[in-house]
Amino acid sequence: MTDEPQRHAVIEVADARVSFGAVKALDGVTMTIMPGECVGLVGHNGAGKSTIVNVINGGLTPHAGTVRCSGTLAPRYGIGTARANGVRCVFQELSLCPNLTVIENTRVMHRTLTGWGWRRRAAAIIGAKLDEIFPGHGIDVASPVSDLSIAERQMVEIATAFSHVAQPVRLVILDEPTSSLDASLATQLLAYVRTFVASGGSVIFISHILGEILSTSDRIVVMKDGRVVAERPAAAFDEHSLVAAMGSVVKGRDVVKAIKPTDGLQPLLTVSPRHGKGLSFQAFSGEIIGLAGLGGHGQTDMLVDLYLSHTGNWMNGSAPRVTFVAGDRALNGVFPLWSILKNLSIAHLSGLSRRGGMLDDEGEAALGRSWKGRIEIRTPDVENPILSLSGGNQQKVLFARALATPAPAVLMDDPMRGVDIGTKQEVYAILRGEAEKGRTFVWYSTEMDEVCLCDRVYVFNNGAIVAELRGDNVTEKNILAASFMGAAA
Amino acid sequence: MRKILSSDTIRLLIPALSLTILLIAVFYLQPRAMSYIGLNLLFNLAVPIALATIAQMLIMTVNDLDLSMGTFVSFVACVAATFLQATPALGLIILAAAVATYAALGVLIHVRNLPSIVVTLGMSFVWGGLAVLILPAPGGQAPEWIRALMISKPPFVPMAIIASITIAVVAHFLIMRSSFGVILRGVGGNARSVERAGWSILGARAATYALAAVFAILAGISLVGLTTSADANIALRYTLLSIAGVILGGGEFTGGRVSPIGAVIGALTLTLAGSFLSFLRISPDWQIGAQGAILIIVLGLRLLLNRLERREKRA
Repeated sequence: MTDEPQRHAVIEVADARVSFGAVKALDGVTMTIMPGECVGLVGHNGAGKSTIVNVINGGLTPHAGTVRCSGTLAPRYGIGTARANGVRCVFQELSLCPNLTVIENTRVMHRTLTGWGWRRRAAAIIGAKLDEIFPGHGIDVASPVSDLSIAERQMVEIATAFSHVAQPVRLVILDEPTSSLDASLATQLLAYVRTFVASGGSVIFISHILGEILSTSDRIVVMKDGRVVAERPAAAFDEHSLVAAMGSVVKGRDVVKAIKPTDGLQPLLTVSPRHGKGLSFQAFSGEIIGLAGLGGHGQTDMLVDLYLSHTGNWMNGSAPRVTFVAGDRALNGVFPLWSILKNLSIAHLSGLSRRGGMLDDEGEAALGRSWKGRIEIRTPDVENPILSLSGGNQQKVLFARALATPAPAVLMDDPMRGVDIGTKQEVYAILRGEAEKGRTFVWYSTEMDEVCLCDRVYVFNNGAIVAELRGDNVTEKNILAASFMGAAA
Repeated sequence: MRKILSSDTIRLLIPALSLTILLIAVFYLQPRAMSYIGLNLLFNLAVPIALATIAQMLIMTVNDLDLSMGTFVSFVACVAATFLQATPALGLIILAAAVATYAALGVLIHVRNLPSIVVTLGMSFVWGGLAVLILPAPGGQAPEWIRALMISKPPFVPMAIIASITIAVVAHFLIMRSSFGVILRGVGGNARSVERAGWSILGARAATYALAAVFAILAGISLVGLTTSADANIALRYTLLSIAGVILGGGEFTGGRVSPIGAVIGALTLTLAGSFLSFLRISPDWQIGAQGAILIIVLGLRLLLNRLERREKRA
């Protein structure tokens, strides 16, 4: 290293703005990471944590704003520049190649490992780093990643990010690194983070376990709606003030919700506690039930289980008890080559068939006309291809598909992703109307506003339901508290 | 408890075992095959198939499939029997252009996000047409050097065996041991993470396709060396044979799980299956069906083993 003191920031992001369509993922974020500090980053779903991480690691170019490395402006900041400046990232979803061995994965991450004997060198580097971070790990570096457990894969990924090959490691971004590690491994990792920081490295640490953030970070940045809303030394926060900072300051809605008495009623759907942990799930007729918590904590799994346990059997007749509205339209929602009408009527074909199994064309057309009017699908003709509609209108068709069936319960897997606000309001009104007629909705949403519309909310944490909120208790503050602290409670 | 055998070794076990069983069966039916000349005759035609299988395996490494393998090998055979024999310089230029075309196909498939099956199916008509233009009727003549190489008789071990082992070893080093091969397999396993590590997926795909073309060209040239003349339809069967060889050898269609040694063994097994059925005096009418039956039995064994492995992992 040079003699002159390095007091330049490792990374300086200034006024970064990123938007995906109408959604502002980053709305002018300024963040400076100094050498030798661990910055905790917290926020609820969609707060912009992943987006700022992607900007810093070079995977995403901000639409406005600048990124400086060690004080110099990088004109074309990309993955290559980031890695050359010693920025490494451990992603939330595991990102190793399962078909390669641990050694070979190390090679993928470090392009300078080449030439004769690269295997030996890679094995030495990754082995030493694993021993350093997780003493007694017991991982065979010559075995393929697909043979390792999830925790072992996470350990390998963390060790790869911290291992120093050609360029020194200056900043490591850890996105939920402890989610698949048990307590003792997590302690080992956090201890290593402190030694790494003490030796002059920097870490951006993202976790939903606030205790970890508070004990490991020097400084904590709280994000909400694509902005930094609070930034203080870690000592100035405690768990309650962190949760409060993540919530919105203004509480606009003061609608008093009537709590429907449910005692003594027969529930429509029930799920016993998952993996023997947490609370059980019950849904009564005419309710809108929200599933909340951070993304990927078991909400979708429960919806899919609910759906499969009530259908999923080809012996079941023409009257399924549940129907499903998918969240990822392109992946499991629309039939892209079909018309709007065919997309709408597919779930209710048994109700539209005449004797002998032939489709009743007139009935289908009538169904199309009535739903086109009821939910205002903006198209001159329902025979047009589904892809001629905007995303929001496609989503309305998917709602109509579910609502056209006689099923008493509708399961919704975050269906409003990427839908504009106007369409959302229309759909909320439709849902409310249908619920008053006695339909039940189970609604997983990553957006706080939507969850707050529900009559009753179950909050998920680590695959289990940790809290049930009803009526006026359904507030952003309560949901945040449960999703961040439920594990400890 | 640590497993004694790694999953990769188990993968290789089935093809090796099926080859051994077939070989024993052939020797039992026809003891005279157990000689220098007998072995050479049995495995002679396996050499071009093994090369084509390696080419197909490369394409499958990056989760694609090449349906033009058969027509491309036929095209190369026609070029080898005409241009490469008469005007070697022009022949080499044509073959280099073919490699460049394959690399361009890789780029096209990646950039436009097209299904490789569609693109290569289309290309199969292009290669087939070019082959017919070069050799409208069967004919041509193999270049002297390749003819000499293919019929040479090294001491102790027949040429066919030496060639197969060489192909397996070279491909194994290239794909499984070299740092370059790691990137190729990484693209098949998890392209996103390879990209996040700063690699160009586009470059990796183009390199894979170009390398596959090189192996396919070697297949065409060695085929002409064996047959002495070429025909525009000489290698049409290679498309399916090469895919079957990769799968038989423990490879998979997706996920970058391939085994070059397995692929060569798979190609040898497929060739041997034909001879085995001839020795059994099964009429040629039934041979293709019987060959299919052998394939199904071996793949069924693979499936069974995979299931056992998964159960073990869950336990």
